[in-house]
Amino acid sequence: MAKLKIEDLKKIKEKVHSETALREGDRRVKITVHMGTCGIASGAREVMDSLMAEIEEAGVTDVIVTTSGCMGLCSREPLVTVEILGQEPIKYEYMNPNKMRQVFKRHVLQGEIQTPFVLAKGAEILK
Amino acid sequence: MIELSLHVLDIAENSTRAGAKNVYITIVEDTLRDRLSLEIRDDGEGMSRETLERAMDPFFTSKKVRRVGLGLPMLAQAAEQAGGSLKLESELGKGTLVRVEFQLSHIDRQPLGDMAGTLATLIAGNGIVDFIYSHRRDDREFLLDTHEIRSELEDVPITHVEVLNYIRRQIKEGLKEIEAIP
Repeated sequence: MAKLKIEDLKKIKEKVHSETALREGDRRVKITVHMGTCGIASGAREVMDSLMAEIEEAGVTDVIVTTSGCMGLCSREPLVTVEILGQEPIKYEYMNPNKMRQVFKRHVLQGEIQTPFVLAKGAEILK
Repeated sequence: MIELSLHVLDIAENSTRAGAKNVYITIVEDTLRDRLSLEIRDDGEGMSRETLERAMDPFFTSKKVRRVGLGLPMLAQAAEQAGGSLKLESELGKGTLVRVEFQLSHIDRQPLGDMAGTLATLIAGNGIVDFIYSHRRDDREFLLDTHEIRSELEDVPITHVEVLNYIRRQIKEGLKEIEAIP
């Protein structure tokens, strides 16, 4: 049977411990990729893949990623919600891996909302 | 859906929304019998008999935000077009079992696709749920059990991106080692 390489996990654990010790703040950003049937069928998993790759490449530790179900806007999928601490949540529509990379680099890291992809700001629908 | 791993993601997401603590994903490739079976079992809240009877109807859903429920019917269709079928069992308070069979060599069988991406996404979105993924091809097996990973990580969250990417790599290597279908 193919076995897990536990030594690698130990290395990750040690690295995360050393980073946590250096860090002051905790979670600054929460990103939700909507993962209902409609989201999955229109490419939400690929959006998630590109997001995880970006987070690892940027080496940030204050961004958490999660998934949620369908919110009833199936025709606008894949949808992604970016919530930065102390700011209104931004919902992005028709996402793909490239748009996700752009949103991560410009909005999450630099604070610039990517207006052309925005569906809603807080509870307000923009389009 | 264009690949089976996306169906797995969809059905297992249903399990997590049903409050499951453990989700068992079992894929068996039996080359001798030319069958591929895919099973998702959970210990979530389960369905009542009435819900179970209507679960395969694409115009039935337990959700309030829309009036269709396409996940299970689409998987059943994928199985039926590839010489197989879908079986659904559920009991209120006990959990749900979705079992699908395909003809392994059928020309219309969807590819398995990116199981590593599916598991990484499931774990990222459901940090408190445990996933036990077993993949067998004849007598070779790959097993990933998040209980085992969690106990090794101690206070480091399993949803940490580096852990998720580790899981992703482990699945890719493991499936390659047992020569699982692409």
